[in-house]
Amino acid sequence: MSAKESLSAGSSGVHQVPLQEAVPLQIDPFSMDFFADPHPAHHVMREAAPVVYFPMWKTYGVARYEEVHAVLHDPQTYCSSRGVGLSDFAKEKPWRPASLILEADPPAHGRTRAVLSRVLSPAVMKPLRESFVVAADACVDQLLQRQSFDGIKDLAEAFPLSVFPDALGLKKDGREHLIPYAALVFNSFGPPNALRQRAQELSAPHQAYVQAQCQRENLAEGGIGAKIHACADTGEITPAEAPLLVRSLLSAGLDTTVYGIGAALYCLARYPAEWQRLRADLSLARNAFEEAVRFESPVQTFFRTTTKDVVLGNTAIPEGEKVLMFLASANRDPRRWDNPDQFDITRRASGHVGFGSGIHMCVGQLLARLEGEVMLHALARRVATLEITGPVTRAFNNTLRGLEALPLTIKAA
Amino acid sequence: MPKITFLTSDGQRSTFEIAAGTTLMQGALQHGIDAIVAECGGNSMCATCHVYIDDAVARELSPMSADEDALLDGAAADREPGSRLSCQIRVTSACEGLLVRLPDRQT
Repeated sequence: MSAKESLSAGSSGVHQVPLQEAVPLQIDPFSMDFFADPHPAHHVMREAAPVVYFPMWKTYGVARYEEVHAVLHDPQTYCSSRGVGLSDFAKEKPWRPASLILEADPPAHGRTRAVLSRVLSPAVMKPLRESFVVAADACVDQLLQRQSFDGIKDLAEAFPLSVFPDALGLKKDGREHLIPYAALVFNSFGPPNALRQRAQELSAPHQAYVQAQCQRENLAEGGIGAKIHACADTGEITPAEAPLLVRSLLSAGLDTTVYGIGAALYCLARYPAEWQRLRADLSLARNAFEEAVRFESPVQTFFRTTTKDVVLGNTAIPEGEKVLMFLASANRDPRRWDNPDQFDITRRASGHVGFGSGIHMCVGQLLARLEGEVMLHALARRVATLEITGPVTRAFNNTLRGLEALPLTIKAA
Repeated sequence: MPKITFLTSDGQRSTFEIAAGTTLMQGALQHGIDAIVAECGGNSMCATCHVYIDDAVARELSPMSADEDALLDGAAADREPGSRLSCQIRVTSACEGLLVRLPDRQT
């Protein structure tokens, strides 16, 4: 990374703009220390330079909103087909067959994306709402009887598990593999550290379940999974592609919402004034969930790979390099957000990158918001206080940020 | 900068200058118009920046893509002939004097 200069022709002739260096940082963004509290390190990365470099993993990184947004919105230059983890598919065989949507570029991406967009569209969400509201109420009923419970296992996991697998049309058997499979997928975007290695060692039974569950005969009629397979009948996708697209929903559709709802719960329990604001105006439920996604960023990072020599943030990056986008850091960049470290359920959170942005933005975002909204609405309507009454423990994953346990005690309104 | 008027479902009218080149959604957010939610941030994925524009005028604006068309079917408020997603409308000098009606809900 020697100092380079770029030439740009202005109207008055040629002038030279010296390029900045990508500042090398001795931070390991995949270490347990980092995961325990990433915010100070995010601050260091944001203030160091628009583009930083991690010699330890040989990857570039962007932590400011502007550069993260720029990378997300230029899929031609920053491709996904070489993997959205550290592993470069041009050099290493992917650990599983590559995703047809997450790990695809235009134009191939557009065809598969259209199918998933359609089966997860606003029009599909409308009829789901009613059954989700009933399920959220039932969940809150149970919790009010118990009063003390684990906010992660008994709520953030229990609620999505009560609606999502049925919406997809999954069989009853084997659903216990869903969360471990998703943890495996998200750990696998990281470097070959202990988290990734351990997840891979334990992966076989989860992979076998998912492989079988994605087949047409194992998906209930009328569910989202069956709708994907139906697209093979019209020739929009091939019969071989359909199970892989169902797999995308199994990979990315459950754990992420568990972490999202867990994040919202953790925020509302820590900030009682915001909890009371929500109770006073239940119409804030949807935005409270959105703000929690910005504030905690359940999906912390994704990688891209450069398809050519490029200048980003006035910094040269060569072709074939990995670029790590710190979505969570962008969501708290003071260049973009007022009081970014404040959890404010009335904040205009539009524009946060907790669901990504651009062509790969979370295709299930509407389902996630629906789940988050109805659960927060049900809670705030019926619960007066939400208190943390035990040790909070963190879950460690190379991509996801959330909790292992959140002991809560609630009182009925 | 084109002057654009927003009319809420309960009859509140406000007029702002919005820079050409931005989207109608961005302009609305910059001026704090609460009736535009824009959950997806302008990626044409959520249908929460739904607006109504006079049908004849709407045809003069940026054309509607198949994606926008499909999303509008799922918008929270009723779809009308002049329904558009404001994130898909690029403000130009042709927007001078445009009247944008806002739906009563976006989610």
